[in-house]
Amino acid sequence: MASAFRQGGLAVKDFLNLNEAAGETPLADEEARLSQKQESGMSVELDGVAKSFGGKPVLQNIRLSIRRGEFVAVVGRSGCGKSTLLRLIAGLDNASSGTLERDGKPVDGISPDTRFMFQEARLLPWNSVLDNVRIGVVGSDAKSAKRKAYAALELVGLQDRAGDWPSVLSGGQRQRVALARAIVGNPRLLLFDEPLGALDALTRIEMQRLIEQLWLQRGFTAVMVTHDVSEAVALADRVVLIEEGRIAMDLPVTLARPRERDNGFVHFERLILDRVMTPAGRPAERADTAAGRAPDPLS
Amino acid sequence: MHRVTRGLFRRASRALPWYIPLAVLAVWQLLGGIGWIPERTLPTPYQVLAAGFDLLRDGELTHAILVSTWRALIGFAVGGSIGFLLGLLNGVIPLFEKLTDSTIQMIRNIPHLAMIPLVIAWFGIEEKAKIFLVALGVLFPIYLNTLHGIRSVDPGLIEMGKVYGLRGWRLYRKVVLPGALPSVLVGVRFSLGIMWLTLIVAETIAADAGIGFMAMNAREFFQLDVVVLSILLYALLGKLSDLIAKWLERRWLKWHPHFGKEASPSKTS
Repeated sequence: MASAFRQGGLAVKDFLNLNEAAGETPLADEEARLSQKQESGMSVELDGVAKSFGGKPVLQNIRLSIRRGEFVAVVGRSGCGKSTLLRLIAGLDNASSGTLERDGKPVDGISPDTRFMFQEARLLPWNSVLDNVRIGVVGSDAKSAKRKAYAALELVGLQDRAGDWPSVLSGGQRQRVALARAIVGNPRLLLFDEPLGALDALTRIEMQRLIEQLWLQRGFTAVMVTHDVSEAVALADRVVLIEEGRIAMDLPVTLARPRERDNGFVHFERLILDRVMTPAGRPAERADTAAGRAPDPLS
Repeated sequence: MHRVTRGLFRRASRALPWYIPLAVLAVWQLLGGIGWIPERTLPTPYQVLAAGFDLLRDGELTHAILVSTWRALIGFAVGGSIGFLLGLLNGVIPLFEKLTDSTIQMIRNIPHLAMIPLVIAWFGIEEKAKIFLVALGVLFPIYLNTLHGIRSVDPGLIEMGKVYGLRGWRLYRKVVLPGALPSVLVGVRFSLGIMWLTLIVAETIAADAGIGFMAMNAREFFQLDVVVLSILLYALLGKLSDLIAKWLERRWLKWHPHFGKEASPSKTS
């Protein structure tokens, strides 16, 4: 497994070279990386967004602004509306009220710039692994689509399984294929709906590293819904906590990458967990003042 | 040594389905040979075989089989296509389903063989009558299973397809139709059985050629060996069409873990 991962790392370079050859910005140094990030990511703006299903409010007055290339994790208890928020950003559902913008344009359905990773891999069982990845290729002829799909499979370290049926893959491998399918079209916004929730701990960490690596190199904007606080701290620039359909906390994670599980990590983890555990009935701290400070146990 | 025994075992287990039919034939031949079963009740397998060779020689048998198979296939093609198209339309367009489904269900609940008197009145004993009956019988299993197959396609996969920009015909070709295929093939297998059943009844009641006609004709001359031969022919043809359906399943559902265990080009990682 570990060697497959390293292989994946090498393949990232190959893939980038491939893109370079295709006339895209070369990644010479850190600065270039950042500027590319600015270009390739997509900004997301939500203002006063609410969503209700059959009269029952699920999200209320959501105000959220996501910068280009930012990695935002959305955490919360199950049923708090975090997945609904993600679906609204994706354009899979329509908001009941408020405005949603991607790159300054109102969200209107699904766009090819946006990809969505589901909780399950959702691979087509009647297509080979390679053909499943090919679904994500936008506007290429058959031959170059195949090449791109293969390169994306190399990125996730599964090039050896290109001809297999998805049914013979393990859960982690299926999610890696889904990841390859999501990134092969060079999306500018990648949305994750707990895609690692069903994986075992080791596979999970491996997938987190892979996602972080791809995000660093490709510069897309990422929004990940998760119930795992330490996953959020490990990956995100910013953690947003949703509680009963509202944003209860918006916390920048100011840790250097790659992130180690050191004191700073534990600090952020506890900060968020404590806030999650605060019973909802208590007067919650205002989102803007909560940042960087543990809630006062007496308040 | 070990490999040899395993090979023998595998060959033995492949022959497993044939043990019972062969044993029945042997007992039947034995009982008929020693006279426990009178020839006027049931001729022995040998006599049936001999009758088959005689009919084969004067071409009557081949002609009967060809006529019956042709009727079966035409009826199946007509009824199957109508059933498939109706299932597709009703699965895809809700308005269409509302419009037609209850009518189809009403017609479906009439035993199609009950239509025989009417069908003879309409078409006489010509080809059309038999083809009509076969088509009618075959239509409903295929319709129901196509509709069910389209309905039971994983909505998660359809949503995934939409996220990846698959719309309209492409969504159906890549996601919905392959997802419905296992169910459609169940319908095909089911209706192949109905196809032969309908044809047997129709040919026995009113026909001037075909296997059923051959059997009825032989009965009038009390040629029981030919009658038994016709019955066995139906069994063989039924088995043959089932084998074809199974072969289609293995070929088209290679991806399915149930059918494609050996078909997958899997490599160990």
